[in-house]
Amino acid sequence: MTYPIPPVSVEKSQRALTLLDLVAVLLVLGALVFLAEASHGLAQPLPEPGVSPITLDPAALPGYAARTTLRMLAAMGLSLLFTFTYATWAAKSRRAEFVLIPLLDILQSVPILGFISVTVVFFMSLAPGRMLGAEFAAVFAIFTSQAWNMAFSFYQSLRTVPEELGEAARSFRLSPWMRFWRLEVPFAMPALVWNMMMSMSGGWFFVVASEAISVGDTTVTLPGIGSYIALAIEHRDLGAIGWAISTMFVVILIYDQLLFRPLVAWADRFRFEQEMGVTPPGSWVLTALRRSRLVVRATAPFGAAWRWSYRLSTRAGNQGVMGGRQGRRGRRVDRIWHAAVVAVAALALWKIAQFVLAGVPLAEAGRAFLLGLATMTRVIVLIAIASAIWVPIGVWIGLRPNAARVVQPVAQFMAAFPANLLFPLAVSAIVAFRLDPDVWLSPLMILGTQWYILFNVIAGASTIPSELRDIGTNLRVRGWLWWRRIALPAVFPFYLTGAITASGGSWNASIVAEIASWGQNRLQAHGLGAYIAEATQAGDFHRVVLGIAVMSAFVVVINRTFWRPLYARAERKFRLG
Amino acid sequence: MDNTLLLDLQAVRKAFPKPDGGELLVLDGIDLRLREGEIVGLLGRSGSGKSTLLRLIAGLSVPAAGSISYLGRAVTEPPPGIAMVFQSFALFPWLTVLENVELGLEALGLPREEIRRRSLDAIDLIGLDGFESAYPRELSGGMRQRVGFARALVVHPNILLMDEPFSALDVLTAETLRTDFLELWSEGQLPIKGVILVTHNIEEAVLMCDRILVFGSNPGRILNEIKVDLPQPRDRLDPGFRDVVERIYVEMTARPAAERAGARAERFPGAGIGTILPRLSSNLLSGLLEAVAAAPYDGEADLPVIAASLHMEIDHLFPAAETLQMLRFAEVAGGDIRLTPEGRRYAQLQTDERKRLFAQHLLTYVALAAHIRRVLDERPSHRAPWSRFSDELEDHMSPEAAEQTLRAVISWGRYAEAFAYDAHTQMFSLENP
Repeated sequence: MTYPIPPVSVEKSQRALTLLDLVAVLLVLGALVFLAEASHGLAQPLPEPGVSPITLDPAALPGYAARTTLRMLAAMGLSLLFTFTYATWAAKSRRAEFVLIPLLDILQSVPILGFISVTVVFFMSLAPGRMLGAEFAAVFAIFTSQAWNMAFSFYQSLRTVPEELGEAARSFRLSPWMRFWRLEVPFAMPALVWNMMMSMSGGWFFVVASEAISVGDTTVTLPGIGSYIALAIEHRDLGAIGWAISTMFVVILIYDQLLFRPLVAWADRFRFEQEMGVTPPGSWVLTALRRSRLVVRATAPFGAAWRWSYRLSTRAGNQGVMGGRQGRRGRRVDRIWHAAVVAVAALALWKIAQFVLAGVPLAEAGRAFLLGLATMTRVIVLIAIASAIWVPIGVWIGLRPNAARVVQPVAQFMAAFPANLLFPLAVSAIVAFRLDPDVWLSPLMILGTQWYILFNVIAGASTIPSELRDIGTNLRVRGWLWWRRIALPAVFPFYLTGAITASGGSWNASIVAEIASWGQNRLQAHGLGAYIAEATQAGDFHRVVLGIAVMSAFVVVINRTFWRPLYARAERKFRLG
Repeated sequence: MDNTLLLDLQAVRKAFPKPDGGELLVLDGIDLRLREGEIVGLLGRSGSGKSTLLRLIAGLSVPAAGSISYLGRAVTEPPPGIAMVFQSFALFPWLTVLENVELGLEALGLPREEIRRRSLDAIDLIGLDGFESAYPRELSGGMRQRVGFARALVVHPNILLMDEPFSALDVLTAETLRTDFLELWSEGQLPIKGVILVTHNIEEAVLMCDRILVFGSNPGRILNEIKVDLPQPRDRLDPGFRDVVERIYVEMTARPAAERAGARAERFPGAGIGTILPRLSSNLLSGLLEAVAAAPYDGEADLPVIAASLHMEIDHLFPAAETLQMLRFAEVAGGDIRLTPEGRRYAQLQTDERKRLFAQHLLTYVALAAHIRRVLDERPSHRAPWSRFSDELEDHMSPEAAEQTLRAVISWGRYAEAFAYDAHTQMFSLENP
């Protein structure tokens, strides 16, 4: 590449250059050092049983935080890889789509926390005696909490690439490789980045939960914030818990500033709507990286390599026309394929039933179902309470742009904060006041997920056109009538998006929230979450699988029969514009 | 003029499968030849399959029958040497002007320096100098379409396909772009050898084309070919120009001598239940009636004249005029529209009386409206679901056309207060709140 402007030019730009370059170089080097530090110790052997590698010394926290963060990053990388392959395959092949998409849909609603125990055993057996196996298990657990919605969003974007852009790409004979990186990935980027943020928020919750796991007799403790908290709980050390919480705050803040702000600001250019939007999101990090000539120069070879890959791919040959409809033969192959899929599914069902029934009597399924009803009641009541609190507040904030600008990021931050870090505080209070765990453990389930309701409602209220509000004022529509006719219909679709996320998250959280301990005190509520957690601790995989299956069934049925129809109706009736 | 044959289409036919296993014929018996140095226009209203034909030529889809050959080779995939300009510009919003233009060359796998040089040349030629680093969202519609042109020209195609390239632009901008393009074309500055232009704007076709193929609908087919021998640059006010425009209007309003065998749904004026109805508001119909009834037309107007004065393109004007004809408020023939006595009376009436007259004509002459009313009258509940009629219509037309037809008749039925429709319950009824 040639540079139109020589690196040494007038004094003013040179000064800006050095300052921004310094920032950029520090950012890059800092990232490298961080990676090196954090990955140190991966290959260490497992510590002797009974010897805890964790100390409650606050000075060790930054190191733990780094390890936890690295796990998150690794999982995010895996999730991206999964997204680009799985979703692309599903979008390009009709036959693959037939299996992959329903599968993804189910995986989205399965309680991931229940999986951890199963996967830990599997990964430990892959690298016996090494930390690496446990690390893999943790990363995999986070991956399972992040990947599905990202893949889903990417798949949906691929399916909705504007037709004329697709035609332009084909008429200019872009190779599939070039089409992917030049058209499909950019088009999917804004939605993907948004889902990455959501995934990351969810991921913090799981990374904390997956660092200290005991399956039967085996206890795995990975150095990280999660295991630090677990140890603090064991020692009833409120001070240490305070330290951990503040560290987490700082970590999430750094993540937000260094990773997601720049990503969101960068992804803004991929928005498809061509209108000049409202003020585009900004990020000081991105600005620094973009303005720095050193970074531009350092990344230029990558750009060149990328273009070179385009040239290679064009030489490999172009794709032909979209084939006409398959004839009778294609349809017959389809039928065989469908039959094969059904057969495999039936076999899997048989295997699962066999596995579960080998360990537990059939009546156990009835018990799990009843416990599921208990958890469902909790989730419904909690969502109702949270809605009653946050909808009015969200509308109030959303109608005041200044307030929204302050509160919106705070709410998103709260959603990202792993609520399970706060559990010990709540549990110690319940113990101290001798409260009924069946009632008082419940709010923990929604502690982290209620924010989805708040920030979606804020987003909804801020989209109410000012003309609509003006006509309301003009016609003197006030009080309950105003809520009924203007505010609630306008935010309803947004509220539903938030409520669906919150409800799914609460089911998941029930696995860690319905059973809690504080030193020697153990609190347990009656519910399916507690059932799964208990079975995990006992190493009873038959019951774990049964619990997960029942919980998945609950979530899927509720989604299909309640949330989705409601959402479709809201989309039809209340969507503005 | 050089007579090299660039493109040769013979007996091209295109059909889309219907869900019930049948097929919907959109193009039938298309013969088309493009020679070097020619601009050929495909003129027709929406639904006449002209854009579909353009996509067949571009290799973006394959014909059901017939042959398409470009420079003697069959077109089975997008061929190098045919580039396209899109109605909606189809620019990549995340690429700058320069990157958008470079895209086609990158796909050819050319060396970096050549890509840069040729792109800058194309940008220069098309008048985009200084906008290289702008993103499409920062540009006006006219500038965006210039990028569309530069992107197509940079690959040095033999044939340029233009799909209504000026119809998304305002009148002035479109005129400027047309003039610029024609200037470059007649000066021989463009690398292209032939152009196919899809349009529904008659004057645009006469301004730009050497030959105009007039398309008919259901199925799309070529009705007639009109040669335009006027010298470039052409003047809209030139009598020769007006003559050609008038000829095309006459051509397009001529009643087909006999409906072709195989045409599943005739359009007008029989107005049987299988007629596809255009979605036009009663306001537009009333407006056109009033305009024709008023001075200086006094009930009889030349279509090109009224099109110019009302700024209506044929996409709106023809369906509106033909709907009036179907309702027996007007007659359309020979490029003219003439009001019937009822049409003149309608223009004089007040709102309520208008509605009554409209209802009377709607239920008498539009078979579908009469049918809906009859079904509602016969049922004890006086209610019927949407699907009751959409299923019936889909025996005659595509699901999209059926939906459009039902929506049209609902809108007219509401105006006439002949029947009501509730969008949430999807029920027709006789209730009139």
